[in-house]
Amino acid sequence: MIQVIAFYLFATLTIAAGALTILARNPVHSVLWLIVAFFNAAGLMVLAGAEFIAMLLVIVYVGAVAVLFLFVVMMLDIDFAELRAGFVKNFPLGLLLAIVLVCELVLGIGAERAGGIQLGTPDGTAATAAGASNIEAIGALLYSKYLFLFEAAGIILLVAMIGAIVLTHRQRGGVRGQNISRQVARRPEDATVNMQPEVGKGVQL
Amino acid sequence: MTEFFQTIGMTYEWAWFVATICGILLIALPLMLAVAMIIYVDRKIWAAMALRRGPNVVGPFGLLQSFADGLKVFLQETIIPSAANKGLFLIAPIITFTVALLAWAVIPFNSGAILADINVGLLYVLAISSLGVYGTVIAGWASNSKYPFFSAMRASAQMISYEVSIGFILICVVLWAGSFNMGEIVEAQKSHVWIINGFVANPLLFPMWVMFLISGMAETQRAPFDLTEAESELVAGYQTEYSSMSFALYWLGEYANVLLMCALNATLFFGGYLPPLDIPVLYLVPGWLWLFAKIFFFFFVFSWVKATVPRYRYDQLMRLGWKVFLPVSLGFVVVVSGYLMYTGHFA
Repeated sequence: MIQVIAFYLFATLTIAAGALTILARNPVHSVLWLIVAFFNAAGLMVLAGAEFIAMLLVIVYVGAVAVLFLFVVMMLDIDFAELRAGFVKNFPLGLLLAIVLVCELVLGIGAERAGGIQLGTPDGTAATAAGASNIEAIGALLYSKYLFLFEAAGIILLVAMIGAIVLTHRQRGGVRGQNISRQVARRPEDATVNMQPEVGKGVQL
Repeated sequence: MTEFFQTIGMTYEWAWFVATICGILLIALPLMLAVAMIIYVDRKIWAAMALRRGPNVVGPFGLLQSFADGLKVFLQETIIPSAANKGLFLIAPIITFTVALLAWAVIPFNSGAILADINVGLLYVLAISSLGVYGTVIAGWASNSKYPFFSAMRASAQMISYEVSIGFILICVVLWAGSFNMGEIVEAQKSHVWIINGFVANPLLFPMWVMFLISGMAETQRAPFDLTEAESELVAGYQTEYSSMSFALYWLGEYANVLLMCALNATLFFGGYLPPLDIPVLYLVPGWLWLFAKIFFFFFVFSWVKATVPRYRYDQLMRLGWKVFLPVSLGFVVVVSGYLMYTGHFA
């Protein structure tokens, strides 16, 4: 009973938040609705028994990716008239993308109905190995059967990270930076001199 | 508690539901009281370090000071700036406050006394702490004012930076405990080194704890990392435009977060509800009392640091997070996992 209520609550909120993401006029509101959608999708995953994926969704998407989205969108100076003009121009492309997504969804549902993929057991319980928690099951698969794919994904991410750093890195001249270790290593003897100059005579520095 | 409600004649589902609601209230209400009292404690410690008396007028020893402040704030007018984004402006403090309470669900108060005994407990804590940034960022943006916006930018950069190293530190703990479940992490610390309960006695994990403590201060934006509300630069940071109850919610949320960080320090490195030493006599003291004592100790450390250490500059803060903590914690993940593999810990 409670599961059913929770499912319909999360599902409705996910869809509503998704719809509001594209309907909201203010881009910041859009990002915030997207976050609500992510959050409810995580709730759905908890219901499906995939709590590890749910937590990762919240940590990675809500906690990091969406924050950066928000960061960027908040600092943008958005011209709504220009945005509308872009809407008409990009409409065919968007339509094409929507059609592709719908086709994928239909194919996916069809494959699942045909029994092509075994995502879960038919009675709705999660398809983890008996006696193993979610994390252990995923870990055991990821580091044995899919080890090379996992490592390939890691290398791709590493390359992407290095690429982003190289693209945005710039050397600025004339900046007086701080060298912390030099500051820490500096002793009073290096920095100060005790002098007793005679009257009328200066000090050579 | 579920069994109790079942005996009254509820079905299992409803018994579980009512029991969970009761559990939430059992944690949230004392926590609110604790936050009010800990603000008083903070001010007293701070005053003592500055050779002042601190709050001493309202109630005996000034104990009711926080309640008086709360009442004052409650009776003030809620001002919403005309240029603010009204909805988000009001939601932001509620998010901060709610998120500060959420993570307490997985803190074990005694063996078995845990509201949500989930096997991804530590990941849940990470997930919730990564949500904390929204309250600040939304407040900064919705206020439609320059200083709050600067503060929000600082807050998000700061919290993302330190979450990375916190993640690596927690991985070391998880590797050693062999579980993400908070209860099991506490149990794994039982006589970890000789008769000491706690990962902190482990020479490989002690530096991780030091980094966790410092990162925790940065994550909760406590001094010396309180750059988001650096009054000499940003008025009051993201809460500049807030007044009345919405301001109070930030206040409560901030302290609830600090208490949570103290609880995490206690749970992950100091054996949580276990006594400090694995001696049978010490187990006569109830576990929650040990946990509260440890939380209080860490809160004292937080206040102590706040009272003595000057504020960091922003570039120093970023340097510490990215150039010191991140490489060191990443290195320790390798060292710890290598050591555990070498000694056959995973066998």
